[in-house]
Amino acid sequence: MIRIANGQGFWGDSIDAPVEQVTRGPIDYLTLDYLAEVTMSILQKQRTRNLEAGYARDFVDMIGRILPVIAERNIRVVANAGGLNPLACRRAVLAVAEKQGIPIRVAAVTGDDISGRLDGLMSRGLEFRNMDPCQPLSTVRDRVRSANAYIGAFPIARALQQGAQIVITGRCADAALALGPMIHEFAWGSSDWDLLAAGVVGGRAIECGAQGSGGNCQVDWETIPDPDDIGYPIVEVEPDGAFAVTKHEGTGGQISVASVTEQLLYEIGDPQKYISPDCIADFTTIQLAQAGPDRVQFTGIRGRPATDSYKVSISYSYGFKATGSIAYAWPQAYRKAQAGDRILRGRLPRLGLKFDAVRSEYLGASACHGILAAEPGPELADSLPEVALHFGVRSGDRAVVERFTKEIAPLVLNGPPSVTGLGAGRPKVEEVVAYWPTPIPKTEVTPEVTL
Amino acid sequence: MKAVQLIELAHARSGDKGNMCNIGLIAKKPEYYWALAEKVTGERVKRHFEAVCLGKVERFELPNLHALNFLLYEALAGGGTISLCADPQGKTFSTALLRMRIELDEASAR
Repeated sequence: MIRIANGQGFWGDSIDAPVEQVTRGPIDYLTLDYLAEVTMSILQKQRTRNLEAGYARDFVDMIGRILPVIAERNIRVVANAGGLNPLACRRAVLAVAEKQGIPIRVAAVTGDDISGRLDGLMSRGLEFRNMDPCQPLSTVRDRVRSANAYIGAFPIARALQQGAQIVITGRCADAALALGPMIHEFAWGSSDWDLLAAGVVGGRAIECGAQGSGGNCQVDWETIPDPDDIGYPIVEVEPDGAFAVTKHEGTGGQISVASVTEQLLYEIGDPQKYISPDCIADFTTIQLAQAGPDRVQFTGIRGRPATDSYKVSISYSYGFKATGSIAYAWPQAYRKAQAGDRILRGRLPRLGLKFDAVRSEYLGASACHGILAAEPGPELADSLPEVALHFGVRSGDRAVVERFTKEIAPLVLNGPPSVTGLGAGRPKVEEVVAYWPTPIPKTEVTPEVTL
Repeated sequence: MKAVQLIELAHARSGDKGNMCNIGLIAKKPEYYWALAEKVTGERVKRHFEAVCLGKVERFELPNLHALNFLLYEALAGGGTISLCADPQGKTFSTALLRMRIELDEASAR
């Protein structure tokens, strides 16, 4: 049996969770997920300015904190912290290890980044049609910022086989970070579909950090123990693919059938065809059972052959946006916020500003659930203690968005009374990066291991 | 017949894929699953979210997990980074679905 622990569900997650995972109980592997879709475009900007940048810098600091413990306890780390520059990330980690005088073997997995090969691939007839809507990439080619294939778990297993104690990847399937160690430890083959599917489901159960161990869980949310000391999830896997999800003893949070089921359903499509690079997992075959306190047992998982393509995530520039908020207090807070909205919507045409999208929402009244929350009746609208107007615009022209950002603050003096700007100052103009999901034949992508 | 709000019968989690939102609806007790499967149809969910979901709604069944999964197409005002919404990734669509009321006969309502 091996224990694989997740210590990071996204870049920006708790910086202490990985430390807790390696110190508060036994584990064999620590997996860390740093890459959201939006992360790649941020890293691309950093790499443009500095050829040695473009990876998750936080990961290097993290290794600095846990290196003595993982070296002493022989815990191996698998992280997609390499972003757009796994080799530079590897060099930075090696420098930290050298500084601490702890020799360690670090592997980088590359080959996912196809941005430099796009034109060549397109000239050979690959259109990279968007999965939705079905346009060819040529329509936005000049605005492309990054292009990465979600590669699978076998290159990670290969790096571990070669003796790496830390494996740094670029873009790979999130669940592959956990599946790689299972393939390595148990010598699973590339057509052991049921085993690979079990590994994918096990990886998925832990890949979002504490969202799989009682965080963001709706069942009994008020009584989930010690969320200020929440334990991140750990998967304990047997060679035959049976596994249990648990967490370290003495930590907060909760591993229940309810909390685990919520995580399994997060961001899935057709549950019979959960497509990973290494297999198709059938989520309708998963059987769950509470097998003890904070322990859920998984059995019965079936898989099918992998598809012949990888998913590629291409990011491209989509213009600019800015959003700002201003809050109105009782009495008639909701009506004041609506009046503030009318003033802004009156100002924009006066200034000659045109946008691709304008949106206003009322935080405290209806922003999250919109009209499902039922328009507050006159009595409620007048009695709400406060309502924030959340106002946003988007345009391909940076200048008009910039001009808009100067229109919210004046409302503090120019509009309805009992109002506060929330201390936020002027909104910032953000570049909007959009995503272009598209397949690429697996034969066009060759993952490589550098050790 | 008795109107029951889904929050009494189920819990849920939602997330995004581009401009599409998925909502997993999970029965609080296994015996509630069949009432959910019968009453919470794709058409019903489409009507519930009519104001925000511009595309179709697909439904998938996971009787093993006592759960249904709904895909709401064109539901996130562009989605992820593009949307100007306070909840661009549809994270709170989960409880928005739990606002729905379904009609149960007295026996299953108990």
